Amino acid sequence: MSDILEIFMSASFWAAAIRIATPLIFGVIGALICERAGVLNLGIEGIFTAGAMAGWMAVWLGAGLWGGVLVAALAGGFFGLIHAVLTVPLGLSQHVSGIGVTLFATSLSYFIYRTALPDVSSPPRIEAFQSLDIPVLSDLPFLGPALFQQTPLTFLALFLVAATAYVLYRTPLGLAIQAVGDNPAAVESQGLSVYGLRMGAIVAGSAIMALGGAFLTMSAFDAFFFGMVNGRGWICIALTVFASWRPGKALLGALLFGAFDAFQVRLQTEVGSFIPGQVFLMMPYILSIAALIVVARRADYPRALLVPYFKGQR
Amino acid sequence: MARPAKDAPVLLRLDGITKRFGALTANDSVCLDLRQGEILALLGENGAGKTTLMNILFGHYVADEGAVLVSRDGAELAQLEPGSPHAALDAGIGMVHQHFTLAENLSVLDNILLGTEKLSALKSARAPARRKLADLMTRSGLTVGLDMRVSQLSVGEKQRVEILKALYRDARVLVLDEPTAVLTPQESDTLFAILKKLAAAGLGIVFISHKLAEVMAASHRIAVLRGGAKVADLPTSQCDQRQLAELMVGHEVSETVRGAGTPGDTLFVLTGVSAGESRESIRDVNLELKSGEILGIAGVSGNGQTMLARVISGLETPFAGSMRLGDRALTHANARTMIDAGLARIPEDRHRDGIVGAMTVSENLAIEAIRKPESQRFGLLRFAAMRDKAKALIDAYDIRCQGEDSPARLLSGGNIQKIVLARTLEGEPKVVLAAQPSRGLDVGATSEVYRRLLDARARGAGVLLISEDLDELMRLSDRIAVIHRGHLSAAEPTETLDRGTLGLRMAGHTMEAAE
Repeated sequence: MSDILEIFMSASFWAAAIRIATPLIFGVIGALICERAGVLNLGIEGIFTAGAMAGWMAVWLGAGLWGGVLVAALAGGFFGLIHAVLTVPLGLSQHVSGIGVTLFATSLSYFIYRTALPDVSSPPRIEAFQSLDIPVLSDLPFLGPALFQQTPLTFLALFLVAATAYVLYRTPLGLAIQAVGDNPAAVESQGLSVYGLRMGAIVAGSAIMALGGAFLTMSAFDAFFFGMVNGRGWICIALTVFASWRPGKALLGALLFGAFDAFQVRLQTEVGSFIPGQVFLMMPYILSIAALIVVARRADYPRALLVPYFKGQR
Repeated sequence: MARPAKDAPVLLRLDGITKRFGALTANDSVCLDLRQGEILALLGENGAGKTTLMNILFGHYVADEGAVLVSRDGAELAQLEPGSPHAALDAGIGMVHQHFTLAENLSVLDNILLGTEKLSALKSARAPARRKLADLMTRSGLTVGLDMRVSQLSVGEKQRVEILKALYRDARVLVLDEPTAVLTPQESDTLFAILKKLAAAGLGIVFISHKLAEVMAASHRIAVLRGGAKVADLPTSQCDQRQLAELMVGHEVSETVRGAGTPGDTLFVLTGVSAGESRESIRDVNLELKSGEILGIAGVSGNGQTMLARVISGLETPFAGSMRLGDRALTHANARTMIDAGLARIPEDRHRDGIVGAMTVSENLAIEAIRKPESQRFGLLRFAAMRDKAKALIDAYDIRCQGEDSPARLLSGGNIQKIVLARTLEGEPKVVLAAQPSRGLDVGATSEVYRRLLDARARGAGVLLISEDLDELMRLSDRIAVIHRGHLSAAEPTETLDRGTLGLRMAGHTMEAAE
């Protein structure tokens, strides 16, 4: 028991939890923006992969690190635009289009990677983001290493949470996005463009999702390899429901998941001798399903989620 | 009612508007003027083209021919850019749709602000908006809590928000599509009082309706649409209801008359029935239906009528109370048991629950008798027999379709309702549950529905008529009970009731409070 307590007392545990949560924060914020506008974006898993590949490749080809971030966002926005065109003006099934985007984006990323590097056996590494040294804060005892020794992308993710919350609740644009996900007719009757708002939200949300992928190659693993996204996108879709489509709760959900994951790795070293490792690997997923059942039963869905809007048809 | 001066400036002119949807001409060169300070009623049956016309005015549709001319700030009439709600709003046209266009997840204030600010603005300017709205509310008498979430508002309050939305944008022309469809009679009176106040303050108002009484009471001028064309445009003072009804329908209207009934024994009884949890639930409902009578259930939409119908249909099991038909206890019956016990169900949403759109007319006519020997033998369907039966019913009920093998979804609402009537009434049921049976039907189909219900009553069936239309209830029912927030009042003979009393009870006033 004291061993388990020790895990929670260590600064490295909290640092790891935040690190693991970072790509999920990007993903869940991106998914939340799309869904607030009324469109489910199941392209997220592929957009993660595309962001990871594009960001890494840009840096590998000589662009700066922030240049890589920009390229990743553009790649995400591009696949978001495909999803947006298919689901908004054409009104196709959001599920089918999303899965299609995931398959397309993933395969295209692998294809480009393999074409550029035909005979590499171990993935080449790039000079990735280093953890930021914030004066005073990073040097605090315990809190410093636990919370303030992260890479710039983590702080960008936290900033995006606050920015999204502000835009959504305090600006005319945010009101319009909330309204278009609830009742598109309300938006149109007030003279705003339903298609414009929805497509804009999907493109912006997808660009943010791609940053989650970029974090993996440019902050966490320093390289791109196949299967590296490993279901993180799908977790974000579940977390969005867990968060009831609120940015603050989305941050909380991502951190919770990060903490579970960091905990299971450490627990394995404690009790791994008599419990198979796969049990620990399952843990975060089981816990997120449990949390989902508790929270999401009362979830307040955006009413127009999944419902395409056709002008003049009511 | 005081009319505005003849020389009041024209705010809005529709000039020869024509709109076609395929072969259907929804609007046929309609011309219309609206003057400042005037309330114009646009009268017509369902499908007469009223809503299409207003949607063209507001830019939801583009007219095939003709133009909309608007005067901005007292200037000359100028053409409005077609197909742009944005342009219509800018020109001072505000529209209150029949189905409210409000985002339920936002506050009242945010709904009103929506679209009035630049999307690139860094902050919503809520404080000045609050001041302007406080002023508008005191001047117009439209009061709503600005910080309430729209999902918490009543229907009447939502409508006030819709009107405030238009006023906040300085609308000079206000268009209301069937504004009283969802209101109690008292709420309607309040609404019309507010509209008169707004007209006196210089707005031009158009309201769409098919209710003759309110059109007569609340307008200065009446334009009648029939089959897409304007057939009359008269000052209200020169109209009477009978003449308007004829203009609307195009021929003389014969009133359905309910003869004296001969109520028999008690047939169908609900005792202390409670079901459902949410807003749409019923609590402790007692009801006694005799054979040979029509019992009307009045109420504003959403007060438990749907749940009551579901319970009686056997689609929902009540968690308390009991239900009995004749001497058979049916509290836990499912839908099939209820039908076998002699219940005919005319569902409120006939497109969703009355037919299977993809199946043929003959299949839809046989669907409740699918286990009976007439439709199957050894578990195999007897299509030939079903077709013969369908042909007979199509004749008897005058179902207009391209034969018994055409898909039911292609039929009009009135003919779909005739399928439902033919299917359910043909078996001579003991109890007929008719939920909103004439909703959305034209005059012809409505009188057919009335006739069939009265026939069932004459034959000795008990008819339970759930409706939001007081005229219909008063005309058909022997007794009327009122449902409000899931509670059903005791039924009273129709002769002892009047519209005012019923309206108050629909709004939740008890008998004592009403007196």
